[in-house]
Amino acid sequence: MPGALPRQARVVEFLRPDLLHLKAHALVPLRANRKINIADGAADPAAAAGTGFSIFALGDSAVLAEFGTRLDLEVNARLQRLAEALRAKQVPWICDIVPALGSLALHVDQARAPAGLDPVVAAAKLLQECLHGGLRARRARTASIEVPVCYEAEYAPDLEEVAGQVKLSAAEVVRRHTGSEHRVLMMGFAPGQPYIGGLDADLAVPRRATPRTRVPAGSIAIANAQTAVYPFEISGGWNVIGRTPLRVFDVTREPAALFAPGMIVRFVAITRAEYEQWRAQ
Amino acid sequence: MASTVMLRVLRPGLHTTVQDLGRYGLQHLGVVPCGAMDAVAHRLANALVGNAAEAATLECTVIGPELLFEEEALVALCGAEFEATLAGEAVPQNRPVLLGAGSRLRVGRALRGARGYLAVAGGIRVPNVLGSHSTYVPAAFGGFEGRSLRTGDVLTLDAAAPALAAARFARLKDVRRAAGFSSTAWRVSALTRPSERTLTLRAMEGRHYAQFDAASRRAFFDETWRVSQDSNRMGYRLAGPALARRGAGDLLSEPTCFGTVQAPGDGSVIVLMADHQTTGGYPKIAEVAGADLPTLSQVAPGGALRFARCSVDEARAALRALHAMIADIVRGIELQYGD
Repeated sequence: MPGALPRQARVVEFLRPDLLHLKAHALVPLRANRKINIADGAADPAAAAGTGFSIFALGDSAVLAEFGTRLDLEVNARLQRLAEALRAKQVPWICDIVPALGSLALHVDQARAPAGLDPVVAAAKLLQECLHGGLRARRARTASIEVPVCYEAEYAPDLEEVAGQVKLSAAEVVRRHTGSEHRVLMMGFAPGQPYIGGLDADLAVPRRATPRTRVPAGSIAIANAQTAVYPFEISGGWNVIGRTPLRVFDVTREPAALFAPGMIVRFVAITRAEYEQWRAQ
Repeated sequence: MASTVMLRVLRPGLHTTVQDLGRYGLQHLGVVPCGAMDAVAHRLANALVGNAAEAATLECTVIGPELLFEEEALVALCGAEFEATLAGEAVPQNRPVLLGAGSRLRVGRALRGARGYLAVAGGIRVPNVLGSHSTYVPAAFGGFEGRSLRTGDVLTLDAAAPALAAARFARLKDVRRAAGFSSTAWRVSALTRPSERTLTLRAMEGRHYAQFDAASRRAFFDETWRVSQDSNRMGYRLAGPALARRGAGDLLSEPTCFGTVQAPGDGSVIVLMADHQTTGGYPKIAEVAGADLPTLSQVAPGGALRFARCSVDEARAALRALHAMIADIVRGIELQYGD
């Protein structure tokens, strides 16, 4: 969809170096010129496959590299490995590296930025270095977690409605939610809140028309082909189908966040009694 | 163990929290940066009492607290102009003020601007949570018990604070001694206090700017926006012209910044502030220049704003100039201390 292409986009590199030759002519010099337009992305096989990225200044203190405008689990997984590679470089002027669903941001620590630094140019160069160095394959032992969830009515106010929408029984919704392997696609919005992909395709429901003003901590909610776990009592528009007794974020614990990007997640159904027992511990 | 020095909260004010320069390095886990909304005023207040930039201050919002200093203390109040009194006497701002033991400082109401920063020599002692002393109220961590101050709270100051206060004040030149407190004949400028009725903020076109229709793009920079009542440390909601995005497809959630201007499509825009969510899925119509965020933080609900277009390079240059100016002022303060 060319209309969705930001006009200040620049394609500077590809995640797969073997595709580099396909778009070599589009590689632009790493100058501070922010007005270079790229060709129709749909006509570019690398961009269409989600292997290229465009880079933008996100205001004067951050840079955003966009790898795709639609959710693609492969692209997302590469993004996380790229974030790890960047983190390993320990660049002093970068204070935050934030991988999201299809993009990654670098936040600049102004106090440590060298004089004359153009963060867009420097970030593009860093990303290129990481990609040329080759991203490590996903580690053999990826962190994984089993998340106990009570799907009983008291903790699952939207389960029946979701079941009605997807024309399955509530028990079948639970069976499918616990039956597939999920993966943390990104952390965001609130401290410790994961956006988890891998939802059974038959459980695709939209957000609720009216958000709930108070969703209890630990609520498991689905929408946008993903599962979210609410770390605190906050407002939220997703469909609540259960609740975990686990503490999603706890500053007194190391690490504070239960989830992390890339983590494999399996949901396990527990009874209300088990939930209460867990909470009492 | 050294004896502790107490700071008692007699009245909490509207929303007084402990803040520092923010909590960085954990945004990939959703941890919100927080920190002083007006980092310039925070920085100057700390410099005026001889603290490092990282020391925690009290961020006072619109109505400040009333505090009882049990021991002698060196304080400075920067940012918004407050009524600030001590036993009925006006307490000067933007300069070091030596308070005697038992002083009741009433910060009072903000007369101009919205946020004040009260620094105390030696800093305010709260636990370091995930690398910062800043309060994050929504998740109840950081600062003083993860919340805004309440009547009866007792904050802890550095055990050496009274000695530090006397020693530091003794080094200052041009001091004026009064009955309840002493201060200096000089002060620093209130750099971030908005002076005009309608504040003009420099803003860069956002990442999704081109997706808005021509009328909306014009209106964003031409019209006046008003800060709504439901504005807080997380975001300022601005009321103004309705903005329409063409081909309104949903966007993937992506990282956001302090200063990102989101246009959710309900006829308002939201400027993300210090407690902003780390990621969001609303289109970004603009990004406010970092150099103008401290001043924006001083605008209270009801205040009027306009956006003036600037380039990323201009915004960076403005930020560099602001940092250079602050460094000069801080150096000037250090000279007053005879450093």
